[in-house]
Amino acid sequence: MARTGPGLRIAIGVLVAVVAVGLPFQASGFQSLELAYALTFAIAILGLNLLIGYSGQISLGHGAFLAVGGYVTAIGQQRYGLNYLVTIPLAGIISGLIGFLVGLPALRLHGIYLALATFALAVAAPSVMKKPADLTGGVKGIILPPYTSLVPGLSDDQYFYFLCLLITVILFLVSYNILRKRPGRAFKAVRDGELAAAAFGINVSTYKTLAFAISAIYGGVAGSLYATATGFVSPDSYPFQLSILLLVGAVLGGIATIEGAIFGGLFTEFLPIFSQQALTPISRQLANAAPAVTQGIVLLIVMFVARQGIAGLLRQGYAALRGRLRTDAQTLKPAGESPPTGIR
Amino acid sequence: MAEARLAVDDVTIRFGGVVALDSVNFSVTPGHFLGVIGPNGAGKTTLFNVITRLYTPTSGDVTWGGQSLLKLPPHRVVGLGIARTFQNVALFPNMTVLDNVLVGQHARMGAGVIEAALSLPRSGREERQARQRAMEALERVELPHLAQRLAAGLPYSTLKRVELARAIVSNPRLLLLDEPAGGLNREAVSELTGLLRRLHAELDLTILLVEHFMALVMAVSNQVVVLDFGRKIAEGTPAEIQNDPAVIHAYLGVPDAPA
Repeated sequence: MARTGPGLRIAIGVLVAVVAVGLPFQASGFQSLELAYALTFAIAILGLNLLIGYSGQISLGHGAFLAVGGYVTAIGQQRYGLNYLVTIPLAGIISGLIGFLVGLPALRLHGIYLALATFALAVAAPSVMKKPADLTGGVKGIILPPYTSLVPGLSDDQYFYFLCLLITVILFLVSYNILRKRPGRAFKAVRDGELAAAAFGINVSTYKTLAFAISAIYGGVAGSLYATATGFVSPDSYPFQLSILLLVGAVLGGIATIEGAIFGGLFTEFLPIFSQQALTPISRQLANAAPAVTQGIVLLIVMFVARQGIAGLLRQGYAALRGRLRTDAQTLKPAGESPPTGIR
Repeated sequence: MAEARLAVDDVTIRFGGVVALDSVNFSVTPGHFLGVIGPNGAGKTTLFNVITRLYTPTSGDVTWGGQSLLKLPPHRVVGLGIARTFQNVALFPNMTVLDNVLVGQHARMGAGVIEAALSLPRSGREERQARQRAMEALERVELPHLAQRLAAGLPYSTLKRVELARAIVSNPRLLLLDEPAGGLNREAVSELTGLLRRLHAELDLTILLVEHFMALVMAVSNQVVVLDFGRKIAEGTPAEIQNDPAVIHAYLGVPDAPA
């Protein structure tokens, strides 16, 4: 495969790492926080992508899992005095359990029916959060204690960014490991053909519910970080639009790609901000409408010119670049056949 | 371990008013190559779907090494050493050829999500072994150069061989082949004939072959079962079947026609 050796891949990896670590030192505190939001979205989108892109089950209700994560963190700190860092995995676990339970009825639904059923989840979530008011603070929600840096030399915002970055890296590695091995192949096999998957020993129901559970774990962790970044949870923090936004982010980044979730997260966070800023000098009214409109337009463009999203475009670019490097290398020392490698 | 004999015992299956299989009885001697033939709609694929638990018969039993298969969910069948291919190719189109063949080993492997996620030793070791076996299987069907290609878009005859690789890599003792020669030209069929003979001998397999291509069936089988409208109308060696009046009648619809 990688006939140019791992050089190009390592170069890209180092570049990404340098940017990711260096950014908060170049950015303002507020910008660091924005970047942390982007990572949070990336985690949620990666989880959604595991479900949609790899196990073939759609969800229009993933915002509900973020809500669960956010409330677990808020309630855990406020009512039970738990340390913030403890509430992050706890949010993942509780959300994952709920995801597992949601996955059970989902087994009976496909396509548009599953989309509608999960959408109902997103619509219901805000109201459900209001109800046990003693626990959730009702419509007023819960205010979270601010995050404070535990690392000398880092500002609070920088610290929080690096916390998000660390969790993001761990969760991306976990996904990468799962997806390239036995369980990942099982998810994809279920997506591509349930009968054949079962004929080769894959318990289709198990893997489908498992995908929901894992996906919900990611959603719960993202929700926990999101709540802390905002410093506040209320039913209004998790409108059903959030679920749609995550789905759009997953599609923009690239369905069934891991790295696409990063681009999805960045777009979800920054596209609205940039489009609003760009239009503010022209007209404040236009600027206020800009985020939704630009998101819609970009989504349309992606659907027409790059079905595989940004990650798909970059993979094509990467393949082309590697091809050029390879031909350069061959003109230097003409040796060996190089069968054409198809662009995925 | 009990003797690996497949026995189809008085199996009947109805879909609404249609009787797809009607009191079908036969058993396969371990190591035999059994051809299952019959006109379209005779119930051949239905028979495979019953054995692999996609369908549950209305009555009757299917046993494998003396144990009934009918209590098992479909995904348990391959673990008992029963693998199959599909009439219309059921590969996973958006996965690479290698990954398709690796899925064939799902039941042979054990590492679950947590072991994979944390890269625990077993999952790494298992993956390496699986990859090696997958490549060996691809070499057997002469496709190692396509390992990294997506299954979608490959020629039909190639896909048929990938399916074969996916089936043999599951380490079966019984292999069910549903029209492996379908859509192949004469030359490809003769290659397939050689390949199936080699697999049968080298992997010590019992094979059930559903096929319309008579030359292939007669060349490789040492036992043939003939189905017509869901009933077994004949069973015997290829030579016996070729001269059986009931078979000739089923195929040609004319009694006493020359074979």
